[in-house]
Amino acid sequence: MTTRYEAVIGLEVHGQLHTKTKMFCGCSTAYGLPPNTAICPVCLGLPGALPVPNRQAIALAVRAGLALGCTVRQSSRFARKNYYYPDLSKGYQISQFDLPLNEKGHLDITTSAGTKRVGITRIHVEEDAAKNLHGAGAGTDTLVDFNRAGTPLIEIVGEPDLRSAEEAEAYLRALRDVLMFTGVNDGNLEEGSFRCDANVSIRPVGQEKFGTRCELKNINSFKFVRKAIEFEIARQEALVSSGGKVVQETRTWSSTQEKTLSLRSKEEAQDYRYFADPDLPPLVVDDAWLAEIRVSVPEPVVARRERWQRELGLTAYDAQVLTSHPRIAEYFEAASASLERALGGKLSRDKAGKRVANFIQAEALRVVSTSGLDASFPCSAERIAELLALVEDETINGKIAKDVFVDMVATGKAPKDIVAQKGLAQVKDSSAIEQTVRDVVAKHPKELASFKAGKAAVKGFFVGQIMRALKGANPALVNDVLERVLAEG
Amino acid sequence: MLHAASASALRERVVSGELRAVDIARSALDQIVGADARIGSFLHVDGEGALAQAAAVDRARAAGETLGPLAGVPIALKDNLCVRGVPATCASKILEGWIAPYDATVVERLRAAGAVIVGKTNMDEFAMGSSNETSAYKLVHNPWDLSRAPGGSSGGSAASVAAGMAPLSLGSDTGGSVRQPAAFCGLVALKPTYGRVSRFGLIAFASSLDQIGPFARDVRDCAIVSEVISGRDPRDATSVDLPVGSYVSELGRDVRGLRVGVVRSTLAEGCEPGVVSAIDASIDTLRRLGCEIVDVALPTAEHAVSAYYIVAPAECSSNLARFDGMRYGPRVESPDLLETYGKTRALFGREVRRRIMLGTYVLSAGYYDAFYAKAQKARTLISRDYAAAFERCDVVLTPTAPSVAFGLGAKTKNPLEMYLADIFTLPPSLAGLPAISVPCGLSDGLPVGLQLTAKAFDEGTLFRVASAFEHATDHHAHRAPGFATASVGGAA
Ligand SMILES: [Zn+2]
Repeated sequence: MTTRYEAVIGLEVHGQLHTKTKMFCGCSTAYGLPPNTAICPVCLGLPGALPVPNRQAIALAVRAGLALGCTVRQSSRFARKNYYYPDLSKGYQISQFDLPLNEKGHLDITTSAGTKRVGITRIHVEEDAAKNLHGAGAGTDTLVDFNRAGTPLIEIVGEPDLRSAEEAEAYLRALRDVLMFTGVNDGNLEEGSFRCDANVSIRPVGQEKFGTRCELKNINSFKFVRKAIEFEIARQEALVSSGGKVVQETRTWSSTQEKTLSLRSKEEAQDYRYFADPDLPPLVVDDAWLAEIRVSVPEPVVARRERWQRELGLTAYDAQVLTSHPRIAEYFEAASASLERALGGKLSRDKAGKRVANFIQAEALRVVSTSGLDASFPCSAERIAELLALVEDETINGKIAKDVFVDMVATGKAPKDIVAQKGLAQVKDSSAIEQTVRDVVAKHPKELASFKAGKAAVKGFFVGQIMRALKGANPALVNDVLERVLAEG
Repeated sequence: MLHAASASALRERVVSGELRAVDIARSALDQIVGADARIGSFLHVDGEGALAQAAAVDRARAAGETLGPLAGVPIALKDNLCVRGVPATCASKILEGWIAPYDATVVERLRAAGAVIVGKTNMDEFAMGSSNETSAYKLVHNPWDLSRAPGGSSGGSAASVAAGMAPLSLGSDTGGSVRQPAAFCGLVALKPTYGRVSRFGLIAFASSLDQIGPFARDVRDCAIVSEVISGRDPRDATSVDLPVGSYVSELGRDVRGLRVGVVRSTLAEGCEPGVVSAIDASIDTLRRLGCEIVDVALPTAEHAVSAYYIVAPAECSSNLARFDGMRYGPRVESPDLLETYGKTRALFGREVRRRIMLGTYVLSAGYYDAFYAKAQKARTLISRDYAAAFERCDVVLTPTAPSVAFGLGAKTKNPLEMYLADIFTLPPSLAGLPAISVPCGLSDGLPVGLQLTAKAFDEGTLFRVASAFEHATDHHAHRAPGFATASVGGAA
């Protein structure tokens, strides 16, 4: 009988806190600046320089903790993690160790198997290292760019509650959503502001004790997370099934070879000699500050999707698409609220929501671009509402609205102005329509005769002629009037 | 003779127009040229910078501006303080050639007060030592007896003031490094409460203990400069936001009824007889002034030396990790990264390497609880002892050091014996309390220091008692023979 195995996976995620300045100094955190231009004595670790915590970074870390259901430790401590590497300016990293800022949280994930709650062990604050640029100098020299040194990070340590690569990916996506929607992190995997390490082990199904784990590093996309973990589970299963043993080690995902490779074994593991950083007093988040941060935590993204389905007439798919980015979600909410207001209750909330959702998905998203937590929209959400209000009150029809939107994007003009300047308004005045209908019918006695003779298709000819003469009108209205006039005949 | 004048007197004469700051600076620089070859107290003299700062003071006066409390007063700074554009070596080969690109907070405050920085003083390497003999560059000779040590680790700062090269200097005190050399050189020095003076720009030895403290030849000068450098600094997260108060206004105040705590048990043990008799006489003086003398006990203070030699090396092992040759200072290049680290860091001297190894060991997995955690507990207990003592008294009186200045080379072979030179200065350091050392007599012609310790942030009371004591005695008037009357430089 062959043994069946299950995977045990826990993720450690490093997220850059979305601040303007670094964790312990006033240097900029902007990405892509020329090397070594955002540096000072503090982040360079010059002799005599001292760290001072960034209050905004702490507030964001607490916000992340609250959004993930953690208990916030109101007096936590910074600790030094001691090791040598050229990208580490002080010979130690300021992190947190035995007294982290947040503990005991959770995150709900949804996979094909349903919804599951995943535990979060802790979320602590730390500073990033600099960036080694190998071979950037003359010959084989390694140069170091200290712009990144001291960037504020949170490390989110998840419980080993995940059982498949699919769950791991779902966890990571859900976590990214939470961090982006709370404004804590910009979710940018390419720029490395959202990074993930995975601890993977296997054990026979039914066994409680964990197997020996391997740590996977450098997995920088959702696709690779899934592939790397799938590969690693298969590797460990093959190893154990053939009588081998998993060795505790750090492995890295090679996207070119599509497999995990050994980086270093546990024997080379370092003793970091953690101790409380004597340069930094206990990190105190008092009741007033905690309350202030609590108020700043927005509605959870999952709750928002449910509410939109319940109140704004969206499908689950709509809600998913419109929460692909926090700014898009805000845009949608602003536009649908604005439309509802503009129509003064003539359209129910769910119908207004659904109209806006459809239009944004079909037209607007094509011209929205996002970068980190920012997004640029072709026009304000209010303009979208103004445009859709024109459709609602039958000034223009849905097809014309698309053309008007193209004009709005190109010129930045208000939809009303475009409609007026281009004469796109439908004729709504039924007496004006009746006059034209009578004129057209009078001018085509032959066609009228064949209609009377039972050729119903001739009606279409009349509609075309009338619409051309009116340069746009409400088709339903034209139809009504035409039928009446023909019946008189 | 300018070099014998006090800071307060020099400032008066600058304000009145009797003296130009530039002339005072020249006189100090001349005295350094004339005397420091014998003493060895300076590692770097900044003549050009000093004259420029002095000229700025003279210009400010000519423009009718209000002059600061240290206008035109020369001051020497320990070489672990950063002064923009000036070398800072910590008396170590590992920082040879490094020029600080920024000013320490205390330097900014001194500049704003009109002080004239004349140079950087010799010290034990990275402030690790009690005799200044671990300097990688040269020895410092005690101006009172050139064959003796000036004390440490701020030996150069002490000797420069004792030898009349500047009326003031700054040192740093981790376990006694301003108080003990002040005692050995017959000076007044304050170790402020931890958190009172910003450490920004002080190259760290042990961050939870380090405080910058001044040397002066009398209590008034010490009070003036202490006031200038104290106060909250947003760049040091451990600096405390409490009003500093006026130290100078404490001078000359009555001390009748003040309770002085004496720790009888430790006094006799291991102290030279000359020190014991000077202290006994000091107790009598304070009693005569109307102080109430009470017995107090500090039972856990006996563990101070062991606790200190765990905490301080632990912090130093981490603080000194940044000296890896990667970003500044010399690098001993090797094809292998680890070897480069090893060879570069071999530039540290023996005592520094000893403490880095000790500190690395006590923080290691499996040893942390037995050593570091226990030493932290000892600190808490020592603080509690003081809290209990301060229920009964306002200041605690002890000798500053168990002996007068010892001979150069006398203790270098035995680090443990050297460590014991700090038995009286370590307990206040571990408890973070303010302590002052004032001259209290001579033993065989060498100065003895009296240490007074007060409650946290109660420097005012220290100055009050020290000032009354100084007023009632003439100990501070004793000058190092050979440096008391030497006339060098252009007096006005
Ligand atoms: Zn910086």
